[in-house]
Order: sequence, then structure tokens, then C-alpha cells
Amino acid sequence: MQPADHIAVLAALKSEIARLERRITAGCREKVVSFDLAAVDAALPAGGLALGALHELAGTGCQVEHGTAAALLTAGLLAQVPGEVLWVLEQADIHPPALAAVGPTPDRVVYVHARKPKIVLLVMEEGLRHRGLAGVVAEFSGALGLTASRRLQLAAEQSGVTAFLLRRSRCFDNPVLLEPSAAVTRWRVATVPSGPPLPHAPETPGLGRPRWRVDLIRCRGGEAHSWIVEAFDATGRCHLVADLADRPAAAEPRRAAA
Amino acid sequence: MVVAAADRAALALGIRPAMPLAHARAMVPGLTVVDADLAGDAAALARMAAWCLRYSPLTAGDPPDGVWIDITGCAHLHGGEAALLADLLERLGRSGTQAHAAVADTPGAAHAVARFAPEPAAVIAPGAHQAAIAPLRLPPETVGALRRLGFERIGQLAETARGPLVRRFGQQVALRLDQASGRVFEPIQPVVPDDVAAHRLLFIEPLLTAEAFGTVIDELLNTVCGKLEAIGQGARRLDLLFERIDGSVQAIRIGTAAPSRHAPHLARLLKERLDTVDPGLGVEAMQLRVSLAETQAFRQAAGLVDGDRLETSIAALVDRIENRLGPGSVWRAAAVESDVPERSVAAVPAIGDAPATSWPLTLPRPVRLLDPPQPVEAIALLPDQPPVAFTWRRKRHRVCRADGPERVHGEWWRRSAEVVAVRDYFAVEDEEGCRFWLFRRGDGGDPATGDLRWFLHGRF
Repeated sequence: MQPADHIAVLAALKSEIARLERRITAGCREKVVSFDLAAVDAALPAGGLALGALHELAGTGCQVEHGTAAALLTAGLLAQVPGEVLWVLEQADIHPPALAAVGPTPDRVVYVHARKPKIVLLVMEEGLRHRGLAGVVAEFSGALGLTASRRLQLAAEQSGVTAFLLRRSRCFDNPVLLEPSAAVTRWRVATVPSGPPLPHAPETPGLGRPRWRVDLIRCRGGEAHSWIVEAFDATGRCHLVADLADRPAAAEPRRAAA
Repeated sequence: MVVAAADRAALALGIRPAMPLAHARAMVPGLTVVDADLAGDAAALARMAAWCLRYSPLTAGDPPDGVWIDITGCAHLHGGEAALLADLLERLGRSGTQAHAAVADTPGAAHAVARFAPEPAAVIAPGAHQAAIAPLRLPPETVGALRRLGFERIGQLAETARGPLVRRFGQQVALRLDQASGRVFEPIQPVVPDDVAAHRLLFIEPLLTAEAFGTVIDELLNTVCGKLEAIGQGARRLDLLFERIDGSVQAIRIGTAAPSRHAPHLARLLKERLDTVDPGLGVEAMQLRVSLAETQAFRQAAGLVDGDRLETSIAALVDRIENRLGPGSVWRAAAVESDVPERSVAAVPAIGDAPATSWPLTLPRPVRLLDPPQPVEAIALLPDQPPVAFTWRRKRHRVCRADGPERVHGEWWRRSAEVVAVRDYFAVEDEEGCRFWLFRRGDGGDPATGDLRWFLHGRF
């Protein structure tokens, strides 16, 4: 057998296995939403965040209660996807003007106040079965089992609607957040100290753009990574923080922790 | 000729129904007398019963002067039984109708309390109707005979042996007693307004199972949606009535966010509510009624295959969620022209005119707004400066970077307390990079503008 045949057979087998494992139908395999950051997109097997899949986001430490950075990241990503967004709330503490500033305009977002964790998942699944939505975002504070997350993932795959599950919790570093789930990617988004508003004049008072440490802690078909990025600007783009952009990604968490 | 009815002014002059007209004319010279129009009254009562469908799917006229409303399971939609009565009396009052209303366990008790209790709106607590009953629905001659025998209150009648009572006055006294106390079930025969699309199916055998009901729902919807299509309307509210073989009626009511005559969608909404129905010994007839309809324009199908449009329109999804979670749980955010953050967002219905305006996007606004703002201990060097540190939930945050102040003045046109009130907002970042939205009450100079206390109002 020629080496070229080997490569072709191997590629066919790989794609067959990928198809079996991910169960992503041919139609939505190519559809991704891009971070517009080469380093982040390259770390994801689809070249961006796969649409029609379940993604789980949470804060870290004291930010897990409000999950503000995770909510902003979700809104910024959904701004690139056409269609309406269903945002399922457990407690109605969201302030829509902040979301409108980074992402979907108010006429694109429908809010549902579900009040109880169980109802949140029920409404989320109902939304995921509804073709034509850009995405379903659910804020969820309960324990998500493998069965429940698998139901959501299957519903997202069948309809092609992207699901974002924002995990919230009243206690810091809740062990429930580490339990296995069927989500395609799992993220931790936390704020880190931001730079000066004017880089050439560090003494200027004021707030610059927020900085987030974005950890990809689990990714189906990919590896864990960590980046420090600057939050979305007015054009809806993230940027890697300049002084870290050229370093290898693996070195960053240690630096951030130091 | 006798007086059939008297208004409040006439009652104050001492004129009572059933009084001879000549007597009344003698008491009040120049009395305005209008001939009684019994048929007209009955028609007006039926119209009023149909109007009362806004409160419940089961209403019926109770000639000559009453309307039954079965509010079982409907009161919470109007904020409780007392609120429902208040709303009912207020709306009737605005249309010039003076009415008395009462809520009780049984139709008989409600009938009695509404007519004879002194207050215009009375809610009788469950089980308390025994004490509240004054009169039963008995013919005047029976009442007179009972009075002559010394019966003044229902309690005395209820304690008397049944046998002699029935022998003397007939079955009706015992029946009314039992109806008032709930021992004998008294079904309400609901009114059917003739201007709505409705369809009723009778069954040979009583139905009991959800599958059977589902089939009937499909059948009913096919007919009703055809009727709606013929008149160019779509359903906003649907009532499904289950007529049980014991004579009582159970009902499901669903609402839609936008007018719809799409049978599969409506069937799905109805079938989701089937578990709230108790079929009892069986259901012998089912009726589907469109109690609220709106004009729904015909639209040209975009492609060869129609029907996809509703599946992908968000109205169907909103209907399903709202019927499960209750009204008001699904909304869109609309911008309100107010600088006070908690007033800058209004919840508007998810289906309808899309909010046209947006918020000023250049101002920093937090993702989470804490309601109410939480008091924090903060240290600031000068009134114009952001705090150096603050303590929230017993944790001290040292402020590394800050922006502000953004001054928000009170809206004097809303409350007089806000005439001089001022809040100074600061966005601050602590050493971990967490951002907070703090405000101080008062401008730091004039004590009338605020007490200089610090609050955490949001998190970025």
C-alpha cells in the first residue's frame, strides 16, 4: 500500500471516529463562533467554539457567585451569531444595559425568570429544542449530573442551537462545579488586575479595559489551555494581553499565580 | 302592580321590592316609575355573565339578579380572592352598576352572603360558611311560615329534625340547606357567549384517559381553527371545558402571546395542562371555546412548505414557557429614559413591538445589579475621591483603580423625597481585579442631599 493511501485511510478513520464520538451531524460540524484570537481558536478542535453544543462557564473564587465575566464573555460571543437569544435566569439580578454594551441588542434577548434550578434546566431544554434561536444561556446554581448535561447536549446537537450554561454558586469553589458533565467545553473565566487606562502613562487615574484569565479546563478533542485576555471592546473583539501574547500558553497560569 | 326593584335612592326613602306600587306612590309623591322589562333584564344578565368570563372560564347567569362565577383555580391570576372581588366591583362601578359580591365554598353560601351581608365584598373562609349564612333561597311564603313557627336563623333550622320539616314545607327546605352547606353538589351551567368560536363534542362512553383527551383536543382544534380562519382571527385565550358525568365542569385555560390558529401548537399547549384535570368518574362531553380572539392577518406562504414559520417563530416558544411558568415570567428588557439605574430597565412582553431605544452604551454599567443596594463600610479621603478601601460581607477590598464620580440626581417629578437627593457612583477595582459599582448617598457637601453612607449597587 502506498504511503498516500495510508494517510487517506487514516484520515477517513479519524473522521469516522470523530463523527461517532461527537455525534455532530454533518450540517453543523463546520459552524463555529470565532474568538477572533488565533491562539484561542487554534486550541479548539473546530477552529472556534462549536455551535450546536453545550458549553459550560463559571467564575472562580469569589466570582463564582455572580459570574459576571462569564456572562459578558457569553454575551460577546452570542453577538456574532444571528438570531434571538433565550436567557434563562434563576434570580432576576441581571442588568441588561451591560449586556447590550458588549453583545446582543435588547430586541434580540428574551429573558425567562425560572426561579428554581430544576425549572432552569427544563426551560433550557425547551429552548434548545426550538430551532431558529441563536443560543440559550442559562444561569444555574444546582448540581448538574451527567444525565442532565447529556440531555442538554443532545438537544443542542439536534437543533443546532448553542447552549451556554453559566454555573453559579453561593459558596466559593463549590465541588459541585468540578463534577463531570457532558459539555463539549468547560471554561473558567476570572478577572485579573487590569492595566492602566493609558499604557504610556501608568500614573493616569481611571479604569482601563477589564482583563480576564480564561481557562479552558476541558475540551472534547482538545487540550486544556489558559490565556489572559482583555475584555471585548466597542467593536466586539477580545485581545490577548500584549506583554503575554508571545509567550507559550502553558507558562501563563504560573505567571498569573505568582 | 308591585315594585320589582328599587335603586339606592329609592331604598333610602323606604321603598322596598314587592311593595304595592300605590303604597310607594303614596309614600313618595312624584316617584319615577319605569315598567319592568323582564326579558331585557335576562338578556342583560346573560351579557354580564359573558363579560365575567374575564375572571373565569365558568360563569352563569343566576336570574333574576345574580351572576355565578366559578373562580376555582382562577383567583391567583387576579392577586387572590379579595383582590378579584375588589377588581370586579371597581370595574362594575365604573360602568355604573352597583353590585354586591361574595366568595364562598359553595354556590349557595355565596348566593346568601352576597345578597344579605352588609359589606359589598365578602370573602368567606373555607369551612366558615355555617356561621355566615342568613337566608336560604326559599319562596317568600315558606319564609313567612317559618318565621311564624319561630325560626329566625339557619342554625335553628339545621338543628331541627328533617322529617317533620320536609312533611310540612316540602323537599325544598332540606335541599337548600344541603346545597348551602355543600352536602349536595350544585352544578353551575356555564354561559356560552354566542360571538366566539366554539365547538362541543359528546361521547357515547365517558372518557377517562389522557390519550383519549388528546385525540379529542386534536379533533376540537381542527374545527375551531377552521372557524377562526374563516373569520380571519387568531386565538389569544382558549378554554377547554370537561363536562363530567356527575354534572360538574372542569376547565383548562391557556393563553398565547400572539394570535394563533395553528392547531398543532395550540394542541401542545392544551395537552401540557391535561394533568391538572380530574376526570372523576368520566367525562361525557368536551367543549373548546375561544374566549379571546384577535385579528390575525393572512400571510403568503414563503415557500412550498408552510408550517415551518410558526415552528421557528419565538412566539410558540414563549407560549410554551409562559403557560408552564405562569404569566410575567418571560419578558424583554426595554430602555427607560431614567438615569437612576434600577429604573432604567422595564420588562415588556416578549411578543409585541420590539423595544426601539437602547441605553447609552458608553457609561459603565454592571452586569449584576444588587436589589436593594447593599451597605458597605468605605473609607474615602476626600468627598470627590473614590474610596481607598471598603468592607463588604466582612471582607476588606483594597481599591487599586477607580473611575468616577458619576453623579445621579433624584427624579423630583416622582417623589418629593428625591428633590435634592444625589448619588455619586464610582466604578472600582480591587487587588484581585474584581470590579464593583459603589455609590455614596449625598454630594459630600450639602447634608440635605444624603447621609454620606456607601452602598454596593452592582458588580461588573
